[in-house]
Formats: sequence, C-alpha cells, structure tokens
Amino acid sequence: MSPSFNAIVPILCVVAAGIAALLAEAVREPGERAPIAGLGVIGLVAAGISAAWLWGRNATSFGVVSADNFGLFIVLVLVVIGLLTMAFSSQVVGRDRLPGGEYYGVTLLGLSGMMLMAMATDLLVIFLALEVLSLSVYVLTAIRRDSEASAEGGFKYFLLGGFSSAVFLYGIAFTYGIAGSTRLDRIGALLAAQSMGENPLALVAVGLLLVGFAFKVSAVPFHMWTPDAYQGAPTIVTAFMSTGVKAAAFGAFARVFLSAFEPLRPDWAPILWVIAAATMIFGTVVAVLQTNMKRMLAYSSIAHAGYILVGIVSANDVGKAAVLYYLLAYGVTNLAAFATIALLGTRERQNDDLQDVAGLATTHPGVAALMTVFLLSLGGMPPTAGFVAKWYVFSAAVGAGHYWLAIIGVLTSVVSIFFYLRIVVMMYMAEPAGGAARVPVLSRFGLATLAVSMIAVFYLGILPTRVLNLAAASIGTIF
Amino acid sequence: MPILSLLIFVPVVGAILLLAIDNRDQRRDGLIRTVTLVVSLLVLALAILLWARFDPTSAEYQFTERRPWIPAFGIDYAVGVDGISLLLVELTAFLTPIALLSSWGSIHKRVKAFSIFMLVLESAMIGVFLSLDLFLFYIFWDAMLIPMYFLIGIWGYERRVYAATKFILYTMAGGVLMLIAIITLAYLHYAQAGSYSFDLVKLHGLTLSPTTETLLFLAFTLAFAIKVPLFPFHTWLPDAHVEAPTAGSVILAGVLLKMGTYGLLRFSFPLFPHAAIAFAPYLAVLAVIGIIYGALVSMVQPDLKKLVAYSSVSHLGFVVLGICAMNMQGMQGAVYQMLAHGVSTGALFLIVGMLMDRRHTRLIAEFGGLKAVVPGLVAVFLVITLSSIGLPGLNGFVGEFLILLGTFRWRPGYGYVAAFGVILSAVYMLWMFQRVNYGPVLNEKNRRLPDLNVRERWVIWPTVAMAIFMGVVPKFFLGPMEKSVERVVQRMQSAAPPTAVRRLEQMPPPVKAQGLGLRAQGLTRLKPVSLEPGDAVSREP
Repeated sequence: MSPSFNAIVPILCVVAAGIAALLAEAVREPGERAPIAGLGVIGLVAAGISAAWLWGRNATSFGVVSADNFGLFIVLVLVVIGLLTMAFSSQVVGRDRLPGGEYYGVTLLGLSGMMLMAMATDLLVIFLALEVLSLSVYVLTAIRRDSEASAEGGFKYFLLGGFSSAVFLYGIAFTYGIAGSTRLDRIGALLAAQSMGENPLALVAVGLLLVGFAFKVSAVPFHMWTPDAYQGAPTIVTAFMSTGVKAAAFGAFARVFLSAFEPLRPDWAPILWVIAAATMIFGTVVAVLQTNMKRMLAYSSIAHAGYILVGIVSANDVGKAAVLYYLLAYGVTNLAAFATIALLGTRERQNDDLQDVAGLATTHPGVAALMTVFLLSLGGMPPTAGFVAKWYVFSAAVGAGHYWLAIIGVLTSVVSIFFYLRIVVMMYMAEPAGGAARVPVLSRFGLATLAVSMIAVFYLGILPTRVLNLAAASIGTIF
Repeated sequence: MPILSLLIFVPVVGAILLLAIDNRDQRRDGLIRTVTLVVSLLVLALAILLWARFDPTSAEYQFTERRPWIPAFGIDYAVGVDGISLLLVELTAFLTPIALLSSWGSIHKRVKAFSIFMLVLESAMIGVFLSLDLFLFYIFWDAMLIPMYFLIGIWGYERRVYAATKFILYTMAGGVLMLIAIITLAYLHYAQAGSYSFDLVKLHGLTLSPTTETLLFLAFTLAFAIKVPLFPFHTWLPDAHVEAPTAGSVILAGVLLKMGTYGLLRFSFPLFPHAAIAFAPYLAVLAVIGIIYGALVSMVQPDLKKLVAYSSVSHLGFVVLGICAMNMQGMQGAVYQMLAHGVSTGALFLIVGMLMDRRHTRLIAEFGGLKAVVPGLVAVFLVITLSSIGLPGLNGFVGEFLILLGTFRWRPGYGYVAAFGVILSAVYMLWMFQRVNYGPVLNEKNRRLPDLNVRERWVIWPTVAMAIFMGVVPKFFLGPMEKSVERVVQRMQSAAPPTAVRRLEQMPPPVKAQGLGLRAQGLTRLKPVSLEPGDAVSREP
C-alpha cells in the first residue's frame, strides 16, 4: 500500500461503508429488514480505529490531505456523531418508512465529506468536501418525500447553499490570484511575507471565504436557511446536520483562517467579533419566541455557532482547543436532544411542539429526565459537558482580552436557560392530557442510546481532563 | 478519613440509591422517606464528628483535601473547613433533616423525586461552603440552582413556575458574571506567577491594579448581593419563598441565603480588600435600606409567608451591615446572625407550614385566637417570634447586638438607622403574632384545629432548643469562628489606607456584659479589634 493513502484511510472506511449500504439496499428483498445501520457502524468503528492509529503520525496524502491531530480530533468527533446517528436512525427509519439504504448510504457519504473537509489542507479540496457533504445533506433534508415542509426546507437549503458555495469558490479564485496556489501552507507563507501595505484582493478573498464558511455554520447574517431547513427535515436528520456539518465546517474554518489567513488577522478579527456577538444574541433572542421545539433548538444551534466563533476570534491556543472541545460536547448534546425529540414522534405526528411534551415526566419519566440533562447541558449548567465547553471558550476570550464578548456570551447563556427550561417546565409541571399522552413508548435500544449519551455528557462535564488535554495537544501540529 | 468529601458526597450517593427504588405505583413512599431521613441524619452525625475534631485555636483551613482535577488549568478538587464554614455546614446538616421530616406531612406526590432533589441540594450546599477552589465553588454554586428550581416549580403553590424561573434566571445572571471574574483571576495568576490557578489561597497573593480590583469585586459582589438578597436585588425572594413548599422555604431561607453572605465574607472582601473598603459604605447603605424597607413592607403584608420572606430581607441586611463594618464584633455578629436567622426563620417557615397544613391558607385575617385552640403550637410560635425579634436570651439578640456594636465602632450613623430596624421588626412580628394567636376565635374554621402531633414536635422542638441554646451559651458558637473571623479582619486591616482618620475616639470602651445585665457571657471573651491602624488593641481580661 503506497504510504500516501494513509491519511485518508478513515475516509475510505466510511466511503466503503456507504457504498456497502447502497449495495445492501439494492440486493434487499422488499419487506426484508436488513441491518444496514450495522454496516454504517462497522465502517465508522473502522474509521475511528484508523484515526486513533494515525494519531501523532502526521501522515499526509497527495499533499492535500493531512491527518494531523487537529483533523483527527474532528474525525473522532465525527465518528462519535456518526455512531450516535446510526443508532438513533435505526429506530426512526423503519418507523417513518424512510428509504433505508439511501438514507444510510447518503449519511455515510456525507460523513466522508465531513471528514475530508476537516483534514484537507488545500482550498479546492475543502471546496470539494464541502460540496460532497452539502449534497448529501440536501438530499437528507428532503428525504421525506411525502412532507411538504421537508421538500421546502431542502429546496431552500439547496438554493442558498448553492449560492454560498459559489461565493466560496469565488473567494478561492481570488486567493489563487494573490497567492498562486490554493494550498494553505503556501498561502500562509506568502501572506506572511507580504508585509508591505494592504492588498485589497486579499481582503476581498477573505471576505468571500468568510461568507461561505459563515453560511455553512449558520452565523448571522447568513443563517436564514437554518430554521426552515432544520424544522422541515426529519428530526434525526436535523440532529445529524446540526452537529456533523458544524464540526466539519468549523474544522476547516479554523484551519483556513488561523493558519493560512493568520497574517491578516487584524483585518478579519473585528468582523468576526461582530458576527460572533450578533450570532449569539440573535440566536438566543429569537429562540425565546419559539413554541416549536425543533425550531427553538434550531435557533439555539445558531447561538452555539456563535459561541464557537468566540473561540476562533480569540485565536489563542486555548481558543483553538476550546473550538475542538466545544464541537465534541455540543455535538453529543445537541444530537441527543434532537434525537430525543425524534424518538418522541410517530409516523403520523412529529410531536415536536412544546404542547406535545406536556406532562412527559408523568408518562415517560426516564425520557423526561434524559431530556432535562441534555437541555441543561445546552444551557451550560454544571456539571455537564456544555458547562465545561462554555467555560473553556470564555476562558479563551478572557485570555485574549475580549472581555465584552465573554460577557455577551455568559449573558446570552443565562437567557438561553429560559427557553431550555420552558421545555422542562412543560415536561414536569404540566398535565399530560392531550400532550404527552400521545407519545409512544420508546424502544429499549433508543433509551439505552440516550442513556449512553447522558453518561457521555456527564463524563465530559465532571472528568474533562483527558479530553481537554487531547484537544490542547491537537493544535500544536498546524498552528 | 476524608470527612469533608464524605459530607459532600454522602447525600448524592443516597440520592443515587433512591433511584434504584421503584416507586411508580407510589407504594414505597414510606421507605423512600425513611431512607432519605436516615441519609440526612448520617450527614448530621458526620457534621457533629467534624465539630468534635475541629481545632478552634487555629485559623488555618483544616481537614483539607486536594486532588488535581484539570491540571492544565490549575484546577484542583480542593476542600477545607475553617471556623466560618464549619458553622454553616452545621447549619445545613441541622436544617436538612428537619425540613425533610416536615415534608412528610405535606408532600404526597412524586415523593421519590422530591427526596432525590433534596439530597442533591444538600450535597451542593455543603460543597459550596467547603470549596477552596474557585472553579469547584462555582460548580457547586450553579449546581445548587437546579434542584431548588425543581423543588419550587413542581411542589410549590399557585405561581410556582413563575417564581422558580425568576429565581433561577436572576441568580444565574449574577453568577455568570462572577464566572468571568473567576476566569480573569486565573489568567492574572498566570500573568504574575506563570501558572494558572483557581486556588483561593494562592489567589490571595495576587497584586491587582485598582481598576481591575474594583471590577472583579463588583462582579463577585453582584452575584452574592443577588443571593443575600441585598436591596435592590431582592425582588426574586418574596415570590420564591411564598411559592416554595415548606421544606423548600426552610432550606431556601435557612441556608441558601447564607451563601450570599458567606460569599461576601469568604471571597469578595478578602480577595479584593481595597475595593471592599472603598465600597463598604455603599454596601452598608443598601443594607440599611434593606433593613428598614424589608421591615416596613413586612408590616403591611396580609400573607404570613410573604411577611416572613420580607423579614428575611430585613434580617440579612443586618448581616451585610456587620460584614461591612470590617471589625471583630461586626463580622462575628454577622456570622452569628447567619446561624440565628437560619434557625429562627427556618422555624418560622415551619410554623407557617404547619398552619397552612391545617387551614390551607396563608392569610393572617383567616386566623385569630389560636392560643386557645393549639396552645402547644402557639407556645413554640411565641419563642420563635421572640428569637426572630432579637429578645435577649434567645439567639437573635446576640447576632444583632454584635452587629450593631461593630457598626457603631465603624460609622455610627448607620448604627442609628439600623437600630431602628430592630424596633420595626418587633412591630411587625408582634402585631402579626397578636392577630394570629390572641383575641377571640373569630373564624369558626379555627375552632377544631389539632395541636402539634408527634412528628411536628420532633420537627419544631429542636429549633426551639437551638434558639434558646444559642441565646444562652453563645460562646459555644462564637468560639470556633473567632480565629477565622480574626484572620479576615486582619486581612481587611492590612489593606486599610494608612491615613484613615481614627474614628470613634470618643466612644467608651466596650461595656462589660454583666454591666448590662445580659446573660450573654460570651461577650466578655471578645477581643475588640478596630479597623484603623494605630488604634490600641485593648484586650479584655
């Protein structure tokens, strides 16, 4: 095996699993239940093992993919997200009669795109990976062909996403214009050497790339697609989208802006400061007004993107590690929260309104308790993963001197507790008649997976040292 | 034996054990209640053991345990106890079984969840008082909010959700600004000493610029001021207290409010002494306003629980005033008043709870002439009312007297106004007591009320006994805290500006206790230490 394939082994595992899923669907008898999710799990576990094996080796492939620790950390986060998605999807696909093979295949191929985006060191490869993951996510959003909302959400996402991808490509073109290369290290070296005067082309390039990335991570004011896409998609797809896409996009965002465009930081940092603050504030304030849980969590995802942006704006070592840690903590928590909502629904009703969980604590005490843990973690209450992640990010902001950003961050966290607790109030302090009475009994496997997620949330919150050290060690290789 | 970790985690372990008991058919309520009570009594036993082994002659933290937790950031699991935290831990351990026992008569739905939340709350409270690492302190501080939120929101009264949400958002808002301040301290330590640290002892050694110190002081103090509650941050308190179930009110008033004053004494003042000395007069103004305002508003309340709630604002104003005086009497009085208020107001809420259990109403107008109907309850009610007012011989007097003494030695103007608050507290409490208990029985529903049953006696008599004991033998409680309070006072002293005018030169030396005919003999053992350098430190024989 030529050594230059080493870095993409995790991606190859996932791609193989995706192809296997599509093939399995092709040879499946109608009505036969094939364990396609299991194929996905095997592929993801293989990807995880190979990522762990690659740790510290700094393997590169073709000069454009680099399995450095930073990328591998995100690959591991994506493996965790993928495994949880597979586990939860297995409960939902059969129930909602989604096209199973296509669903799993496209999910896995999307994961491969996400992993590539996190490990790529060339702008064009990043764009390629971005397109792969975007296309898969567009398909997944619209996969419920009998649902208007699903189709509308998918179409909006596709349209706006296509537009932003074009802007991103335009930014790459300008970057090539000034640097003569799309490789991140060469761009960084050239920009660092160019200390005379400001090159307006560089600023344009940075601006366009910023727009492209900001769209993908749903930062204000490029967030307009998020509520409709998240609400229209099947809830389990939303769970996957809101966490996996952000993990990949932020990985590439950090890599591009904090290594290649690092010399231009005095130019883009103030803009990003404003975007981060606006994202946190907007996401939180509008979420307060929502009565649909999915839409509310969609806006809260926007706010969380703002918190991660704080880590990028801080741009110190702690900030970079904080981005990684936040992606993991937020990934697990947000996915579990959306998955809980997904498991509460039936084929006919999505059961994602606030009214639908009224009295859930009486009918489904375990589910209510689990959901409470996830919501408290999203709100940043100790001793959960969300608290450590937020503390880490705000520490980075304080360390970089961005006190106001940290203050905005903590105050929006307090406001966010309000709407997270609103769900808790409905679950615990309302009567189940008409509300949770319509929620079906959850399968044991679903409950078990939620319980595993809860344990992960508490582990990351109470004993975060190992993972924090891992994150801190991951950034040394590229920055 | 790691007694402090045991104290913190035994309740949580008990809560996890409760999870294993299946109570969906609600037939195991008795078992759950018994297990919970046993766990809380075990914590009380551990707390008594801690007291027995505590060395009151040392001002250092004792029984310290330190284990690295997040070494990259200098965060340790660090716990330790000194005189002040010892007494507050004892208060927590004392009130929790009483609150649990009182809930046996009033909490009948979701008993398991209630018990779990109470135990988790006890863990968090003890953790707050024992933490020596700021990060750990913050975690326990926030962790205490969640069970309290549920306790108010699920088992409370009509407006419980509103009250619970207001409580948690208000307290958290202050808390998160304190988080930023804590992180800033860690970074400053890094800048000055080369390593991050959240350790309280190490952070004492920082040199801070005046602006930094002021901002950090304000961030910390805001969080604690909301908790105390200090006027004008008190608006969450009446709602939370009134809407909480009895056991919740007892713990809220008895322990949770003390965390605010404890925070001022342990963190705000010692960590930022210059800013504290500069801001103390303003804090004292707010405290005095709270004393008078709380008393005046109590006077016009038609609702018993709200009356007691506003009286808390008034009494804790005294505590903050004592802390602001920054001398031995003031601060010792403040700590003593924390304990006394915990016992008295906790007992008041218990009694109000008993009245509510019988009549399902909180309105004073619904009662009247209870003395003839429930003499046992009224007798206890009388003792607790008098202790809340501050009658000499009961616990309230010692604290208030020391605080006023300390305040007079610092700035007598505040003392004049605050002393007026003592009179006002007598007015609203005695007037309420008269309307509820004396006179003819006007309301027929009151004629057949049962007197204290066995469980209620076990709930209320310990508090009465404690109120009398604290009033008659105060040195038992003043002793352990003396050295620790002295250390705080000396820290404030060392930061005092050298050009401070010597105040109160005209004031005669502290009067001997016997001269005033008091039974509080412990007062003669106090060593009056004033704030300004250059004062002669007189030592009483």
